[in-house]
Amino acid sequence: MKARIFVTLKGGVLDPQGRAIQHALSGLGFDGVNDVRAGKLIELDLADGTSDEDIDAMCRKLLANTVIENYRIEKVA
Amino acid sequence: MKSAVIVFPGSNCDRDLAVAFEAATGSKPEMIWHRDTDLPDDIDLIGVPGGFSYGDYLRSGAMAARSPVMQAVAKAADRGAFVLGICNGFQVLTESGLLPGALLRNAGGHFVCRDVALTVENAQSAFTSLYDAGEAITYPVAHHDGNYFADDATLDRLEGEGRVALRYAESVNGSARNIAGILNDAGNVLGMMPHPERVIEAAHGKTDGQRLFKGIVEGLLARA
Repeated sequence: MKARIFVTLKGGVLDPQGRAIQHALSGLGFDGVNDVRAGKLIELDLADGTSDEDIDAMCRKLLANTVIENYRIEKVA
Repeated sequence: MKSAVIVFPGSNCDRDLAVAFEAATGSKPEMIWHRDTDLPDDIDLIGVPGGFSYGDYLRSGAMAARSPVMQAVAKAADRGAFVLGICNGFQVLTESGLLPGALLRNAGGHFVCRDVALTVENAQSAFTSLYDAGEAITYPVAHHDGNYFADDATLDRLEGEGRVALRYAESVNGSARNIAGILNDAGNVLGMMPHPERVIEAAHGKTDGQRLFKGIVEGLLARA
């Protein structure tokens, strides 16, 4: 069983990396990119039967820092 | 007086901090490896040093904060031991929940490595008692992730309770309210991005950091 964890900065938390990407896109001539926010994708290969609660706990205890980040769990069959 | 410096894979200011502790306390600190699960019961002072623990994987300080030794540090802090986290050490302390908030990438995106002007906001703390309130001092910084972030309620509480120990007197990294160092609720844990251990000897060019370490020792002696 696999799970994908998407970790993103909360709204209002400055993202210098996203801003640099935005500038680079504009430098390549891609106009109309209003904003860029960069995040992380963490793929977990889990033992079958790993509970949703455990996956959520992994996110809260390590994978995301909930002071500054949100996370979303996507289970892959 | 017993002191210790925690060493993570990737720490690189641990030996400088050990020299500063030894100069102030008169005895060598124990160097404690991150896998150790125990600290001496009578430990008075613990240093969490700067560097790039675990290569800054996931987030700066994230892996170190979950290493076995940090549970022992949390227990010692609970017991009243003094804990000083510098630079990566500050990041480890916020990641481990011993201090509130988080340290984000510098607002300008650049690694900042230079001397910075600071103001001592709280000169009553056990760490800063040898400075004057409002005193202007200079410590060097060397970090990429020093942009202090916390929600407004937390920032208001820190300010209201005198827990902002040090503030930048110039624009450095985008830190909320120019915060450079904060104390925990009980006042025995200090996290700061600037490096006082790099300015303790005449040969360093400045000695502004000396009083921080001497102040800690005086605070510990006064308590004993």
